[in-house]
Amino acid sequence: MNRIEKTFAALKRPALVSFITAGDPDRETSQAVLDALPEAGADIIELGMPFSDPMADGPVIQAASGRALQAGADMKQTLSMVQQFREKNDDTPIVLMGYFNPVLAYGVQQFAKDASAAGVDGMIIVDLPPEEDEELQTAAKANGLDIIRLITPTTDESRLKTLLNGASGFLYYVSITGVTGTASANMDKLKPHIVEIKKHTKLPIVIGFGIKTPDDAAAMGQIGDAVVVGSSIVQTIENNDKNTAAGAVSEQVKALSEAL
Amino acid sequence: MTKANSLKNQPDERGHFGPYGGRYVAETLMPLILQVEQAWNKAKADPAFWDEFEELARDYIGRPSPLYFAKSTTEHCGGAKIYFKRDELNHTGAHKINHCIGQVLLARRMGKTRIIAETGAGQHGVATATVCALFDIPCVVFMGAKDIERQKPNVFRMKLLGAEVKAVESGSNSLKDAMNEAMRDWVTNVHDTYYLIGTVAGPHPFPAMVRDFQSVIGKELRAQITEREGRLPDTLVACIGGGSNAMGLFHPFLDDTGVNLIGVEAGGHGVDTDEHAASLTGGKPGVLHGMQSYFLQNEDGQIDEAHSISAGLDYPGIGPEHAWLFDEKRVDYVSVTDDEALEAFQLCTKLEGIIPALEPAHAFAHVMKIAPDLPKDHILVMNMCGRGDKDIFTVAEKLGVKI
Repeated sequence: MNRIEKTFAALKRPALVSFITAGDPDRETSQAVLDALPEAGADIIELGMPFSDPMADGPVIQAASGRALQAGADMKQTLSMVQQFREKNDDTPIVLMGYFNPVLAYGVQQFAKDASAAGVDGMIIVDLPPEEDEELQTAAKANGLDIIRLITPTTDESRLKTLLNGASGFLYYVSITGVTGTASANMDKLKPHIVEIKKHTKLPIVIGFGIKTPDDAAAMGQIGDAVVVGSSIVQTIENNDKNTAAGAVSEQVKALSEAL
Repeated sequence: MTKANSLKNQPDERGHFGPYGGRYVAETLMPLILQVEQAWNKAKADPAFWDEFEELARDYIGRPSPLYFAKSTTEHCGGAKIYFKRDELNHTGAHKINHCIGQVLLARRMGKTRIIAETGAGQHGVATATVCALFDIPCVVFMGAKDIERQKPNVFRMKLLGAEVKAVESGSNSLKDAMNEAMRDWVTNVHDTYYLIGTVAGPHPFPAMVRDFQSVIGKELRAQITEREGRLPDTLVACIGGGSNAMGLFHPFLDDTGVNLIGVEAGGHGVDTDEHAASLTGGKPGVLHGMQSYFLQNEDGQIDEAHSISAGLDYPGIGPEHAWLFDEKRVDYVSVTDDEALEAFQLCTKLEGIIPALEPAHAFAHVMKIAPDLPKDHILVMNMCGRGDKDIFTVAEKLGVKI
């Protein structure tokens, strides 16, 4: 079993996935936040790869990408942050999330190889639908990395088949039509859709987008196998300074974890 | 030429022009984009759709646009015989209206009740606002804060037409960022909204669809020049930002190997500096805005800001079909600097009594470079894709004139 499978197998409650942008606001602070996440209660870490044009992200994560890039973040640094994290933690899965162009610029084969060597477990490439991800799929499989597919409120049954073909690790359910950190999901519509999807797959379903508070997390945890909290954690980083960011995020993650 | 060998057969069914194009969008948008493709395939094969398009093209846009022999320019250069394809005479003052009429008809067929668009110079925004006024559809136009400042007349026109103009203040505050913001809106309002993309870019089927609507330019030219000169032209010249007017001019001639095709990118302060918008000559392949194409970017794949005096060319990417034609070497891509375009803007105005937009002023500048050395029987056609009224403030400022 890989780290993602082990994590889901061991859990007695819905998992908490915590998102931060790598290198936000700078390498040192970001590393401190990242390293503190597991102890605070993050079961899985989603690490954003900064990009100049984050089209699926709302203002909070856009700003985080901007801060990280301003401070000199690049793909090498992101992978080296994972490597440093792995020196102390060999259990908590790390999934990279981002956009395809920086991966393409790095070189798809090399990226998969280096990400795996650094201790990455999977990746979510927001703007790479199944129709275009063959090269990355092959490279990821060869290096033991999961390609995590996105399912959305607009996914119908025929589209679901396309998405499930080649999906591994878990499924990321984008709970709203929109960008990160904006509206909250409509539970009444979400629940039957997730029940329907569960009929077609054994992969865990992780619900993300629009989950901000411990209450949100608890509610979504009732219908998903895990919940993702992103923008509100990133907002905490923005609201704090270098010395207080890791502590403040840890407190927030602890509260989220306890609510699940 | 057999069909299999034709350069006009691209893209393939998944929207690829060679390695370029495709569909690189968030999963939320995929079902809708597949629907756009289905609706487009159906409309394309429906004579009633084209009847409606052609009627509006004739009576509302004012097509066909004239083919004008630019006598003074020809005499000034003393070489090639220079014609202008007068798409600046279209309703709203540029070629953009061609694909706006086409796409609004498609959006109506799809039952969409809200239209969004991005704009750089404001020409596409004005054209979109215009067709939305015509069909009484709510319209939101995303425009970089920097472009709102330098294209005030067009902003006011859009507002008069009933559109909501949303200022985009992220990244470089220009066309690329307006497109990001339009994508964010689209993903949020996917159920009722049609994204009326303003160039031959974005996810499939947009590059091919916009090209097909804009091909009216090249098709008309083919008939007009054949009637006038009894043969095809030797050289076609068009400016390129995303590349819609150039693709529309070139496409009907791609298989005519005797016709030399030249695309003129915006060289800004020079392609050897950091401030230009020449994605082919100064960029490399990448993925952004739903497509694989050439983009200005750094080694880490972060997209660079483009720079051009012309807001309509100020984009760090280019349509995927151009990327493919560049690799295939079917089209020559060159660049012209801000200063050269500014000089050409003034020269064209004085010689022909036609104030060109800063975009085709780039094409005109290149014509000025090559025409003198070409023989007198060499027929050169330049696409005058937009008029320059919108640019007089920018030009006045550059020339140090207060108006």
